[in-house]
Amino acid sequence: MAQQVTDATFSDEVLRSDKPVIVDFWAEWCGPCRMVGPVIDQIGEEYGDKVKVLKLDVENNPATAMKYGITSIPAIYVFKDGEVAKQTVGAKPKAALEQEFAEFLK
Amino acid sequence: MSENALGSIFGGAAGSLNLGTTTASEPASGPNGDGTVHNVIIVGSGPAGYTAAIYTARANLSPLLFASSISPGGDLMTTTEVENFPGFIEGIQGPELMTNIGAQAERFGADIRYEDVASVELEGPVKKVVLTDGSVFLAKTVIVSTGSEYRKLGVDGEQRLSGHGVSWCATCDGFFFKEKALAVIGGGDSAFEEALFLTSFASKVYLVHRRDTFRASDIMQKRALAHEKIEIILDSEVKTINGEDKVSSLTLTNVKTGAETQLEVEGVFVAIGSDPRTDLVKDQLELSDAGTIAVQGRSSRTSIDGVFAAGDVIDPTYRQAITAAGSGCVAAIDAQHYLESL
Repeated sequence: MAQQVTDATFSDEVLRSDKPVIVDFWAEWCGPCRMVGPVIDQIGEEYGDKVKVLKLDVENNPATAMKYGITSIPAIYVFKDGEVAKQTVGAKPKAALEQEFAEFLK
Repeated sequence: MSENALGSIFGGAAGSLNLGTTTASEPASGPNGDGTVHNVIIVGSGPAGYTAAIYTARANLSPLLFASSISPGGDLMTTTEVENFPGFIEGIQGPELMTNIGAQAERFGADIRYEDVASVELEGPVKKVVLTDGSVFLAKTVIVSTGSEYRKLGVDGEQRLSGHGVSWCATCDGFFFKEKALAVIGGGDSAFEEALFLTSFASKVYLVHRRDTFRASDIMQKRALAHEKIEIILDSEVKTINGEDKVSSLTLTNVKTGAETQLEVEGVFVAIGSDPRTDLVKDQLELSDAGTIAVQGRSSRTSIDGVFAAGDVIDPTYRQAITAAGSGCVAAIDAQHYLESL
């Protein structure tokens, strides 16, 4: 299971990470988020040596979502060297996410 | 949204009874192919697919249904209250309804798998269904119930600001627009449902429609008109969605006068209907002028023997949960008759 990141830990865990970080912005009430959640966990298990994979609950951590102007979830962002390197919106199958994020999973 | 309803969709499929399946001369390949020729494979898991599974399972045809990995249950999984599905006096939540129909199919032995179909080969007496992991499954009949996907406006700013003010899912994204002004684009029941749902977050909801009458049911229209937060803007099309990093306004064109106006909103929810999802089959099956899979008369028979289609993917007009369910029933009975005639 991917670890949760919070507004308080976001800087340390994500922005100052040595490895690229995939962050899944989600919420309990969002059906598509719950569908893509297990896919995010699988990517974390499979590519854990290449990327860090974290989840951020937007309901309890609204500041980070607001900072990045996120208004649709699930939003899956890749952060590299403290910057947004890639972003995608909506629940997608594992193969589609692997393709979109290929450069970070090699 | 019921937590249990969504949780239980991952509860796993009941074991397939595998009655009446025969071993193929050439075993199906791939990591998870099972080497048998199934009676029925159903592709898609909305009301049409699940109802087809109930009927074919009860006919002892041991249907195998591919429900997709991330959107099992179809469009109703992102709706809230469904008030017009017969049998539910007080209405039912969309996700709960779909989880129930799926569980009902499993009770009779339908094998529901949360996997994605990559391609199909529909010609000939044995059809081939290939999953994204390369697994190959074979069947004498295929029921295509792949539904529809949200239609886009196709205007400047829509793609660029998607996820930054442009949304297709009110239940997912309403939270981000607390005390903000929003626009909902569309004139059908789904536009009205989204507008009403969003009033619990937004300070103001503009309902923008390009005609001067609505397709939405009277009851939805009355509720919206009576709501103090909802303002209706008729005869207006969205010309552009504006904003640098996030939506700040819409440019609307009045279709009667040609006049342009700016509408200041921070979010726009697009609910202008949907298009049939035919990518998987469009090179193999005949399509209608409306872009749906063409079927013969009131049946579900497509242009290829043994291939049936049901639900929104054949329906340019009605697109209701109940019509899709009825259509799934038709496809199941057509498939059963076809198998009996072999």
